[in-house]
Amino acid sequence: MNISEPIRLLLFLAGIMAFVGFNAAYLVWVERKGAARFQRRPGPTEVGFAGLLQPIADALKLLSKQVIVPPTSDAILFRLAPVLVMSPALMCLAVIPFGETLVARNINIGLVMVFAFGSINVMAIMLGGWASRNKYAVISAARVVSQDVAYEIPMLLVVITLLMVTGTMDLNQIVRQQAGWFWHWNLFKLTANPLMPVTFVIFYICMLAETNRAPFDMAEAESELVAGAFTEYAGMGFGVFFMAEYANIVVGCSVATVLFLGGWQSPIGVWSGPWWFLLKMYFLVFSVIWIRWTFPRTQFYGLLNLSWKILIPVSLFTLVLSSIMLKLF
Amino acid sequence: MKSPIGEVIRGFMSLVTGMGVTIRQFFKPNVTVQYPHASLKMTGRYRGHIELVRDPATGLSLCIACKSCEKACPSDCIAVEGVKRDGEKRKSATDFKVDFTKCSLCGSCVEVCPTDALKFSRNYNLAGTSREAYYLDLLKRLQTENK
Amino acid sequence: MSIPSFIPHEKMSDETFVLNLGPQHPATHGVLRVKLTMDGEYIARAEPVPGYIHRMHEKMGENRTYAQFLPNTSRIDYLSAMHYTHAFVGAVERAARITVPPRAEYVRVITSELNRISSHLVWFGAFLLDLGGFTPLLYAFDDREKILDLLEGITGSRLTYCYYRFGGLYNDVDADFLKGTRDFTAYMRPRLDMYRALVTDNIILRKRLESIGPISAEMCRKYGATGPVIRGSGVAYDVRRIEPYSVYPEFQFDIPVYPEGDCMARYLVRMEEIVQSLRIIDQALDQLPEGPVMAEKVPRVIKLPPGDYCYAVEAARGRFAVRIVSDNKDIPYRVKLRAPSFSNLSLYEEASQGMMLPDALALMGSLDLVIPDIDR
Repeated sequence: MNISEPIRLLLFLAGIMAFVGFNAAYLVWVERKGAARFQRRPGPTEVGFAGLLQPIADALKLLSKQVIVPPTSDAILFRLAPVLVMSPALMCLAVIPFGETLVARNINIGLVMVFAFGSINVMAIMLGGWASRNKYAVISAARVVSQDVAYEIPMLLVVITLLMVTGTMDLNQIVRQQAGWFWHWNLFKLTANPLMPVTFVIFYICMLAETNRAPFDMAEAESELVAGAFTEYAGMGFGVFFMAEYANIVVGCSVATVLFLGGWQSPIGVWSGPWWFLLKMYFLVFSVIWIRWTFPRTQFYGLLNLSWKILIPVSLFTLVLSSIMLKLF
Repeated sequence: MKSPIGEVIRGFMSLVTGMGVTIRQFFKPNVTVQYPHASLKMTGRYRGHIELVRDPATGLSLCIACKSCEKACPSDCIAVEGVKRDGEKRKSATDFKVDFTKCSLCGSCVEVCPTDALKFSRNYNLAGTSREAYYLDLLKRLQTENK
Repeated sequence: MSIPSFIPHEKMSDETFVLNLGPQHPATHGVLRVKLTMDGEYIARAEPVPGYIHRMHEKMGENRTYAQFLPNTSRIDYLSAMHYTHAFVGAVERAARITVPPRAEYVRVITSELNRISSHLVWFGAFLLDLGGFTPLLYAFDDREKILDLLEGITGSRLTYCYYRFGGLYNDVDADFLKGTRDFTAYMRPRLDMYRALVTDNIILRKRLESIGPISAEMCRKYGATGPVIRGSGVAYDVRRIEPYSVYPEFQFDIPVYPEGDCMARYLVRMEEIVQSLRIIDQALDQLPEGPVMAEKVPRVIKLPPGDYCYAVEAARGRFAVRIVSDNKDIPYRVKLRAPSFSNLSLYEEASQGMMLPDALALMGSLDLVIPDIDR
C-alpha cells in the first residue's frame, strides 16, 4: 500500500455515495417516466425540462415535512431503520468492479461480502415495521422476513452453481474470465452447465424478491397493507426507504451484471470499459421497471410456494448438474 | 398432459407474452392531454350551470317569471322574481338567482321552461374561495355579457 | 412446504386481533369499513360496516315528485347510472301506462349496454389495482374514455347521465353517436384480445384467482346475490332473460355462466359480458327504427294510480329493482330501491371466513362493490 491508497479509497467512497444518491433520486424519475410510457401518459413534465428536476423537488418537499415519530413506537429502532436500510447499498457497491481498475476495494471474497451486507436491507425493513407498532406494519415485517428467508436459499444455491464454474469469489476475476465475445459470458457458458440461462432467470427472480419489487412487493402491498412497513413513516424517513429501494435495485442489477453478463466486458470483444457495465446494468434496471408495470402482485403463499416448490428444486438440480459436468469435462 | 415442468414453462411464457403487450404500448403515442397546455373539445350538449337565453330581437331575457323552473328544481336552488310592467303582455323577470352549490345539473329547469329561456352554459372551470362565489345572478350575467 | 390459502374456523387460535379495514383503505374503493378479526394473516371474522355514505335516497324519493327524483337515480350507483334511471323510469311508465316509442327503447338498450361495458371496464381496472397491477387500470380507462365521450355527446354529462325520461329520452341520438358507437364496437374487440394476453392468461393472476373465494349457488340464493356473482356460481340468472324488459327479447345474446364460483369465474363472467354487450349493441344499431323518441301523451305532472309497482333491470352489478307505492298523489308514498351491491356485500362475512387477507381483498374486488350503492 503506498501513501495515496487511503486518499484513493476516500475518493472512491465519496464517488460511490454520489453514485448511489444520484441513482436513487433519478431512478425515481426513470420509474415515473417509464411507468408513464407503459401507460401512454407523459409522466412528470412540469419541473424542469421533461420533469428532470422532479426528484429534487420531491426531495425538498419531503425534507421540509415534519418527521413524525409515533408516541407508541420504539423511538430508537424507528429512527435507526431508515439509516440501516441505506447502508447495504453503499457497502455492496464498494466491491463491485465498474471497470477493470474502477473498483473501490478489490477483495478476493467480494461475492461473500455482497451477500452478507445485502441481507441487512431485510433487517432494516423488519425493524421499521416492528418499531412502528402498527398492525399493518407488523404484518408487513413478518412477511418480509419469511419472504427473504425463502428467497435467500435459491439465490445462494444459484451463486454456488456459478462459483463452481468460475472457481473464484473475486468479482473482478469473475469479470475477467468472461472476456471476449458475448458467448463467453457466464450466462451462455452452456458447456459448463446447459441450464445457465435458467440459473440467471432464478437469480433475477430472487433479486426481485430480495429487493421487494413487484410482483413480489409484499412489504409495501399498497392495496392490502396501506404502505406496509412504511405506514407510520413521514417526511424524509419515508423518502429514505423509497430511495433505498432503488439503491438496492442498482446493487442487485450490478451483481447480476458482474456474475452473468460479463460486467465491464464488451459483448463484441473490443472497447471494453465501464460504459458497458453501466449499459448492461441500466438495461436490467429498466427490465425491473418493465416487470413492475406489467404484472399483478403475487399472492403471499404463492410467492413462498414458488420459492420452495420450484426455485429451490430447480436450483438444486442445476447445482448437481454443474458439479457432474465439472467432474466429467 | 399436465406435467409440472410443462406448467412452469407455460406459466413463464404467459409472463413473456404480458411483457410483450406492455412493451408494444411503450412505443405508442400518448393518449392523455396535458390539461393547462391543451384541452379537449367540448361536446355540443355539455351541461354546465344554467344561463338565461338572450332574445335576439330585444337583447333581453326571454324569461316570463312563471316560476316553473323553481317548482321543477329538485334541490330548491332557483329563485325567480318578476313584475308585469305597463304596456307589456306578460311578466318579465327582475331577479333570477341560482344557488350553484346546491345544483346537481339535472337540467329539469331547462326542460320545463315554456319559453326556452334557459340554456346550459359551457363554463366548466369554475373555482372560488367562498360559497358566495356560486350564488349566481343570471340576469346580471346576461347584462354584463351584453356590454 | 405448502401454505394453505384457507384455514377453517375451528383451527384458528384464540390470539386474534382486530384490524380495521377502512373506511379509508385503498382496497375498499370508497368508504366501506370492514372490521376484521384476524388470526395472523387469516381472517377469523369479517364484519362489514356500511353506512358511511348513506344519503337517504329512498326517503328523498318520498319527498319529491317523480320528475324531481329522477336525477337522484343516476347517483345511487354512479357507475351504472343508465340502468338505475331505466328502472325508475320503467316503474313509472308501467304504473302510468305510458308506451315508449320503439326508437327510444332501442336507444335505451344501446346506452345501457355501453354503460355496462364502461362499468365493467372500471371494475376490471380497479380489480387489477386491488391485485397490485396498475397498468391495466389505465388501459381500461382509455377505453372507458371513448364510451364516456360518446355518452357525453348525447347526454351532456359524463357520469350521472339522467338521459331517460318518463315516456322516452331527453333528446334523440345524432349521427355522430351512431357512427362513434359502431367504431367503438369494432375497436373494443381487439382490445379484449389484448386484455386476454396481458391479464387473463397471466399465470400470476390465475394463481391468485383460481379456486380463491368460492361462493356456492346456495350461498348466493341465501343472501340474494345477483348479477355476475350468481352467474359465476353457475346460475343463469339474468333479469334481461328472467323478467324481460324493454326490447331485450329481440336480441340474440348469451348469458355467460361459469360453475366454479371462484374469483376467476366472476372475472371471466364479466369479461364475457363485455363481449355480449358489444353483440347487443351491434344488433340494436342494425335494427334501430326511425321515429320519435318521446311518447306523445305524457302528463306534465305525473300522478300514479294507487297501487304497488315494481320494475327490475339488470344493472352492471346485478338486479336493481325499484318499487313504488302510490296513494294517488304526485309524490310517492314509498320508494324502495333494491340495490345489488348491498346483497352482494352481505355474503362477504360468510364467504371470507378463514381466508388470507390478500385473498379476502381479491374476493371483495371480485364482488364489484360500489359503496354509494350499498348505502343509498
